This record gives sequence, structure tokens and C-alpha cells, in this order.
Amino acid sequence: MSETVLELEKLTIALPPGADRANAVSDVDLVLRAGKVTCLIGESGSGKSLVARSILGLLPRPHVRVRSGRILFDGQDLVVAPEDRMRDIRGAKIGMIFQEPMTALNPLHTIGRQLDEVLRIHTPLGKAARRARVLELIDSVHLPEPDRIIRSFPHQLSGGQRQRAMIAMALLLNPRLLIADEPTTALDVTTQAQILFLIRELQREHGTSVLFITHDFGVVADIADEVAVLQRGTLVERGTTAAVLGAPSHPYTKALIAAVPKLVPPAARPANTQPFIVQARDVAKTFGARGLFGGRVTRALAGVTMELRRGETLGLVGESGSGKSTLARAITRLMPIDGGGILLDGTDIAQFSRRQLRPIRKRVQMVFQDPYASLDPRQRVIDIIAEGPIIHGIPPAKARDEARALLGLVGLDPSAAQRFPHEFSGGQRQRIGIARALALHPEVLVADEPVSALDVSVQAQVLALLADIKARLHLSMLFVTHDLRVALQVCDRIAVMKQGEVVEVAPTAEIFFNPQHSYTKALFAAVPGGTWQDRKAS
Amino acid sequence: MWAGFVRFARNRMALFGAAVLLCLLLLVVFTPVIYPDDPFKLAGPALQPPGGRFLLGTDTLGRDIAAEIAYGARTSLTIGAGATLAAIVFGAAAGGVAGYYRGRTETVLMRITEFFQTIPAFIFALLIVAILSPSVSSEIIAIAAVSWPSIARLVRGEFVSLGGREFVQACAGLGASDARIIFKHMLPNCASSVIAVGSLLIGTAILLEAGLAFLGLGDPNVMSWGLIISAGRAVLRSAWWICTFPGIAILLTVLGINLVGDGLNEALNPRLRER
Repeated sequence: MSETVLELEKLTIALPPGADRANAVSDVDLVLRAGKVTCLIGESGSGKSLVARSILGLLPRPHVRVRSGRILFDGQDLVVAPEDRMRDIRGAKIGMIFQEPMTALNPLHTIGRQLDEVLRIHTPLGKAARRARVLELIDSVHLPEPDRIIRSFPHQLSGGQRQRAMIAMALLLNPRLLIADEPTTALDVTTQAQILFLIRELQREHGTSVLFITHDFGVVADIADEVAVLQRGTLVERGTTAAVLGAPSHPYTKALIAAVPKLVPPAARPANTQPFIVQARDVAKTFGARGLFGGRVTRALAGVTMELRRGETLGLVGESGSGKSTLARAITRLMPIDGGGILLDGTDIAQFSRRQLRPIRKRVQMVFQDPYASLDPRQRVIDIIAEGPIIHGIPPAKARDEARALLGLVGLDPSAAQRFPHEFSGGQRQRIGIARALALHPEVLVADEPVSALDVSVQAQVLALLADIKARLHLSMLFVTHDLRVALQVCDRIAVMKQGEVVEVAPTAEIFFNPQHSYTKALFAAVPGGTWQDRKAS
Repeated sequence: MWAGFVRFARNRMALFGAAVLLCLLLLVVFTPVIYPDDPFKLAGPALQPPGGRFLLGTDTLGRDIAAEIAYGARTSLTIGAGATLAAIVFGAAAGGVAGYYRGRTETVLMRITEFFQTIPAFIFALLIVAILSPSVSSEIIAIAAVSWPSIARLVRGEFVSLGGREFVQACAGLGASDARIIFKHMLPNCASSVIAVGSLLIGTAILLEAGLAFLGLGDPNVMSWGLIISAGRAVLRSAWWICTFPGIAILLTVLGINLVGDGLNEALNPRLRER
């Protein structure tokens, strides 16, 4: 058994009065060992991030504080350690990387200067020695051209490069413990796979202990030696990765693992021979560069052609910046396009005026990504759902009656009608968003990442709801997602997008067994936990 | 809204401001009962010190200063509220159109707004009143004309940020008209910041009005605090009370309005809540 680096003993973190529970986490026992990666997994609100912050003494005090328990590091209890001692430990002995590297780095300083600062604070090294160490670390996280990188500002790097720089910064002083709080959540899958690999590699090289906070079992399978599962502040299960993932004992763990979208061969579906309901022909869209001084031009869509058949679910899969959301907004005519055509039942609606579009709006509806931003916070649920029909001339009383019926259809209680959006959870809000889209009895539903902001268990429920509604109402659906696993589960055909182009379209089973394009293959390879699930499936 | 009210009530300074304003409102309402006579009427001997028969003394012409202040309160509040309301309506319209339609419309409207902002407010107000000839309505117009740009810029900013929000796009996707999106969704969502900034504007408007009246550009037939101070300044050293009491009235009113405005801002503005 390797040496213990950090030990949590009955750690209890208090929440301010009026929060949904008294303690963010209660009685958490956890041992982090040298050379091991321990994953702390839990859904949003489980308290996993607060555990990480409490170790560094970075809780948002006085509202949130450690109520009882000990955090033992180097034989010292960090809970009662004085602030100047904590400053020595932070960075030097315990490094931390965050979810969003853009906000964790100072946008006004170069990468080199920010790394140099860490060394200046914690070591007596001279200027040349510091520079050598910085370059060495930049090189070790496999950033290209270290000389250029240290002169760059954070915004000049990509998301993955920024996260690499953050890791370099965290490892500068050879800490014994690295805390990584969802470090790959904001990244694309292919980048995520690289970063996970990098953390694993560096951790092995230096024998660092890693506490890795995540909500994704796929990531756990890829990186963890040991797993601890946190459910609403209580540690319900811990053990080695093989034991927890292979034979989970706690019902919550079982439910979580079951809810993870699987990378499994999709059921063969009968080929759809219905006529096309939506067609995009050579759709082009360019952003930026219209002002006096020009500026950078982004080609979001470079002549995209795709077809959606009646009754079909077409998945639009791609990483951020691939143009998939732009295409979704172009098809719903929420965004004007620069060229090409959008055909609905054979009629080109790309150049329709607002007046001409009104009847079209009833036929094509959209479900949005962010359940928190997509509902007007000042309106009651009933008015949100009934708004579409009212706009289209249905008497308000009748529209509200129908809206009430829709609440039942999307699995919400009738009492939800008179409440405001902020009183609902993310999954419930997404149900409201779906009800709003359905209120107009559309033929085509465009769902733009409808589950990516939700926890896995809720994700599964919303996906099931969408599938059920689609079948019951004979909808055609365009499903935009960055998650191949989700796409495999719900789509009949999948279109893979990269840099504003569709690089491959094929029936789901075909694309799973026999991906043609190299990018599609890369996407499959990068799915977190891919190998774990292969093993499970076989 | 109710939660906002509770947060407001927890703020002691804001409650004090609200109490001052309430007293002022009661004074305005009951002025005709307490002082049934015209405030311009000569009530007694000139330059009576406070105390005596007249609570706050009399001015150079023998008019009751307490009555003058009571009637002046009505003028101040009318002009303050009227000018602010006009500024909000006009500013929200200009800022809303600019922030919603963006592009060339925005450029033109915001350049006009900036043009108005670059002229020193008081001098510009003076000029407008001088052109329109002094009266309550021309004072309201002048004060509104120098106050609307700040509202316009605020509403434009809110509209720009709201316009990118998904619920506004969702509404457009339902086929809603511009008017529906603006009036049903965007305006209610920026109402709290407009109320907060607008309440502070009332204080500024009252100060501007007092300044105009002091310079003799107030309505000569309507009693106002600025007018009393203006009339009393010649005898400031021998009869201090003429200028002092209306001065205190202005101070308390503006202070009260600012405290209430800050309280509203904190209670309604989610970004300031967690302090």
C-alpha cells in the first residue's frame, strides 16, 4: 500500500441557513495515496467541489465553513491551519486545476509571467533558473513551441492549450497532491481525451497523488485508480475503480452507472423511406468582419447539405465550433443565412419574410440547450407554454387549457402551471421547454443539445421523454449534440460535422461499426470510458 | 418582487429614506388643509425669526416660510416625478429600439444619446428653459431632456444582453412580433434596473429644479424651494432662516430619494444581492 498523502476524517461542511440541506457534505472519510488517482464523482449539488475547496481552505466563508472533522496533510490538520501556512501549502504542496481555464488565468498577463509568478512567490530561484523551469514544464505538458507559448496571452490559446498551461502551473513546484475540479468538462471530447492522458502520464512520472472531481463515469473509467461516490453530501460507496464500476454495491451507484449513455451498438432500425421534410442545401454562414476595420472572419457553415426524412431522428454531432448549433438555428430561421436554401416540404423558406415565416413557425419548433436561460424568468409556466398558441390566434383560455394538458404529457404536475421557472430543477425546466415547443403541434422538432446541461440520471429521463413524444406525435427530429453516446441512443441517422461541413452521414448502426471519415473515428476513440464499455458490452 | 421587497425592508438606511419620503408626501397631500392661504400672500411682518407666531419665520416680504416650503414641496415632487417619468419613457424607447434592432439604428440613436450627454446638463437645461420661457412644463421638458441619455444607455445595454438569451430567441421562434418580444419579455426583465436608476434620477431632477428656480428660471407663479432661497440670499447674513430651511428640505428630500434608490438597486439587482 503506498503512502498516504492526504486524509479526510469525518469532514462535515456547513451550508448557510436556508440552503436545501444543513451540511454540504457530512462525515466524509477519504484517503488519497501517493501515485494514485482518486475520483470523487457525484451529480450537481452533491458537494464534490466544496470538498476540493475545503482542502485548500478556499471555501466561501463565512457562509460555508467546515463544521467538524479533520483534513490531515503532512501530519497537520488543514482545517485549523493558519492562513499564512495555507498560503505556503497552496501551489507549493497542493496544486489545483479548475474547470474553466479561461477564468482561472489572468487575461492581462502572459502565460510565462503567470507561471513565473508562482516560482517567484514560492522559491528563491533566480530569473534564469525560473525561466528554465517554466520552459521545462511547458514542454512537459506537450505545448508546442514553448518560447511562443510563454509570450502568449490566455485568449490566444485554445481551450485545451489553456488547460495544459494550467496543469503546467499546478505542477511547477512538484506538489504532492493535485486537485483537479472537472478539468475537462468545458473541453471537446477529443481534447478531453488528450488532457486525461496527459494528467495520467504526468502523475505516473512524478508519483503525484490526484484528487479528480468529475460527474462523468466515462472519465472515471479512463483515469481513476480509486473511486468515491458522493450522493447529496454523503459518501455512499468507495473502492477501486474495477470494483466500483464492475460490481457496484450501493443502489445509487448502480443507478448512476445505468444512466450513463452507453457506447453500445444501436439496435438496427428499419430504413426510413418517407419523403424529405427538411432539406438544407449548400447553406453558408459567415460571422464577423463587417465593420470599418474588418476583423477576423469565421465561417460557421461552409455549404452544408443535409436532409431530414419525415418521422426520422437525425443526429447532428460535432465539437464546439463545428457549426452544428448554427445549422440548427438556420433551419429554424432564428438566424439569417448568407447563401443556400432551406427547404421545408420542398418550399425554400430561406428568404421568407417575417410575415411569411409565421405559419412556418408552427411547423418547426426548437428545444434549447440551457434550461436556465431559455425560459422567461418573469412569466408563469402556464403563460410560457401557452404563448405560442396565443400568438397564433388561439383564444387565451383555450390555449391555457391545452397547456395544462401538455404539462401531463411531459411528466409535470398540474400544479406547476402557476409557478415560475426558478422554482424548478434543470430537468423539470427542460420539460417545460419541450412542452412550449409542442404547444404549437409542430411537425419538426429541432433539439439543440437538450440534455448536455443536465445530470446523467436526469439526462436519461429527458431523452426517454423526447423519444416517447416523438413516437406518439409522429415528429421528425433534428438532434444536435456533442455526445456520440447520446446520439447513438436516440438517432436513426447521424451526420458528423467538422469546421462548418458535414463530413459523414450514415445510419447509426453503420456509423458505429464502420465509420468512414478519420474525424468520425477520432470522435469514437475519444469517447470517455470507451474501453470500459467495450469490455462491458462484450 | 415580494422577495425584493423583503430585502428592501431589511435595509435600515433605505427604510429611513422611505420614511422621509412618506412624511414629504403627507405634507404635500395635507398642505391645503394646514395652509389654506396662497403661499404668496403676505402673512405678517417681514423677517420674523423662527419660533414665535411663524414656525419657520417670515421672508423679506413677510410671507410664511413654512407655508412656502409646504407648497414648494409639491412643485419639487411634481417636477421631479414628471421629468423622471418623461426621461424614462423617452430613454427606454430610444435605448430599447437601439438595443433590439442593433446595426445602423443603434449607431444613429446612440450617437444622438452621446451628443446629449456631452453638453453640461445644467447649462443645457438653462438654455431650454430660457428658450421655452419659464413655466412648470418647460422645466419638466428641460430636466427630462438632460436626464434621458442615462436611461437610454442602461436600457440599450440590458436589451443587448437579453437579446442573446435563449428565452428571447425561443419567443422569436414561436413567431412572436417585435412588439410582443419587447413589451412582454424584454421590458419586464429590465424593469428592476430601470426602477432603481429612475428613483435616483428623481433626486437629480429636484436639484436641477431648485437650481433653475434659484437663477430665476422657475415658474414665477409657482412657489418652489429654489425660489425661496433665491429671494433670501440677499439677506443671508441677517436672516439666515430664509435660505436654511428650504435648503434643509432639499437636502432631506434628495437624501431620502437616494437612500430609497440605493435600497431598490440592491434589492432588485441580483448582482449586488450577495454582499
